[in-house]
Amino acid sequence: MADAWRMKLTGRTILVLVFGFLYLPIAVLVLLSFNDSGLPTTWSGFSLRWYVSLAGNSDILHAAWNTLVVAIFATLIATVLGTMLAIGMETRKRKSTALEALAFAPMVIPDIVLAVALLTLFSRLNVTMGLSTIVVSHVIFDLAFVCSVVRARLKNFDFSIVEASRDLGASSLTTFWRITFPVLLPAIIAGALLAFTLSVDEFIIAFFTSGAGRSSITLPMQIYSMIRFGVTPEINALATIVMGVSAAALLVSQWLNKEQMTR
Amino acid sequence: MSSQTARSNLMALPAVAWLGLFMVVPCLIILAYAFLTRGLYGGIEYTLTAENFQRVVDPLYAKIFLTSVRIAGLATLLAILIAYPAAYAICLAPKRTQPLLLFFAVLPFWSNYLIRTYAWIVLLNREGLINNLLRWFGYEGEPLALLYSEGAVITGLVYNYLPFVILAIYSSLSRLNGELIEASRDLGAGRVRTFFRVTLPLTMPGVAAGGVFVFVLSIGNFVTPALLGGGRFQMIGNLVYDQFLTANDWPFGAALGMVLIAVMIGLLLLQARASSRFSGETQGAANG
Repeated sequence: MADAWRMKLTGRTILVLVFGFLYLPIAVLVLLSFNDSGLPTTWSGFSLRWYVSLAGNSDILHAAWNTLVVAIFATLIATVLGTMLAIGMETRKRKSTALEALAFAPMVIPDIVLAVALLTLFSRLNVTMGLSTIVVSHVIFDLAFVCSVVRARLKNFDFSIVEASRDLGASSLTTFWRITFPVLLPAIIAGALLAFTLSVDEFIIAFFTSGAGRSSITLPMQIYSMIRFGVTPEINALATIVMGVSAAALLVSQWLNKEQMTR
Repeated sequence: MSSQTARSNLMALPAVAWLGLFMVVPCLIILAYAFLTRGLYGGIEYTLTAENFQRVVDPLYAKIFLTSVRIAGLATLLAILIAYPAAYAICLAPKRTQPLLLFFAVLPFWSNYLIRTYAWIVLLNREGLINNLLRWFGYEGEPLALLYSEGAVITGLVYNYLPFVILAIYSSLSRLNGELIEASRDLGAGRVRTFFRVTLPLTMPGVAAGGVFVFVLSIGNFVTPALLGGGRFQMIGNLVYDQFLTANDWPFGAALGMVLIAVMIGLLLLQARASSRFSGETQGAANG
């Protein structure tokens, strides 16, 4: 018994240490964002001044707007394409290795390589780079993640209800909208939220495909230049907001996924 | 072709076209670039050459390559050494709290990479939190130069990729057949021996999947060396960046990119082979 007790204690200790390692750096940033002096050296009282100055920084607001536009369009396109790909892959009779590799590649390809490859493509085609080229590029990895979330749902999907619907005389279109789609919907939304957070946070590919000039700068690009050229305490406030939004999107996504699994 | 296959292919078509046009074609273009010559004023000339790949093994660049392999290798090793006990501890927790623990272990992974890296600047800085804590505890020497070092880069990589390794190892561990461990113990093997002869080999697919992931993402990383290495520790990712954005030598940058892709494909194939071999062993053990 003493053995089991010791095992439990060791387990707890490891969990505390690892979660401490994962969350302390983030906690420090959040705490600093409310520090009046903005410095990690002294705590000079609670204040929202960095959030207020953030709200008055037109560069950041502009970048945030661009990020939102890119993420919304990329998510919409990727959700449709990724869901269709998932259905196509799961309804096939035989698994296609080429298709599997193609759907997996965007998740593992080094982003710097994809970034320079896209830059080369767009400059070869003489496309003026901007928000639209970032959207096109983000759809690549967004759709792969949507596809994998929806496929996980399809694996537990009882295809006999589709057959039943067809046997009872429903057309394949009716069957899709009345049977398949409602069952898949939570997974589709979960995948879309995941795609949205990925797109909001993506830096390297956006950096290479945004073209020259500041007009199509996104939030991660703005954060990168703030980190590189002089750290201002505003960045702590910005970091807190960005992390809060991502965490909220993920909580909802996770909750939806769980909801459907237990149903 | 049956009508069902035709329908399935039709559903997959738009995504396949998108990935073909915007991922496969660009990668083929830079594969071609890697064998072309750099033009006098940037640009490219259509003269075939293997020179770009020869330059990759030139001592100057080979050194950067080896540094990248060392940093990525150490980050991988450390991540596995931290993630394994963590995943094991999650498996020991009550069944009902396991999904929650796992969710919170993975949550930081989905937040902004730049921000997670920046957090370490705040901690490691000369005027940062760690140096301040040291002073508070009575340390009176020069502030420690923790930032802009190889250690800082490795710390950043481990911190950023740890959640995924925990997830990969956990998924292997949680599927482990507990009876095998009991059998090993009943047959007289000690705890340590059981771990190294039964548990570890059977969870190797998870370790390999997590390890390959950290290594591939670390070796091509460009943000972490730039921010935590202060540009002093160039890695292949930074070299690719420079060739495309400052040195304007696209063919050489393309060749470096292809080397990264080759490393990635090689490791993924190795991992696939390792996991099929180990799962074969599991089956053998379960049957025999």
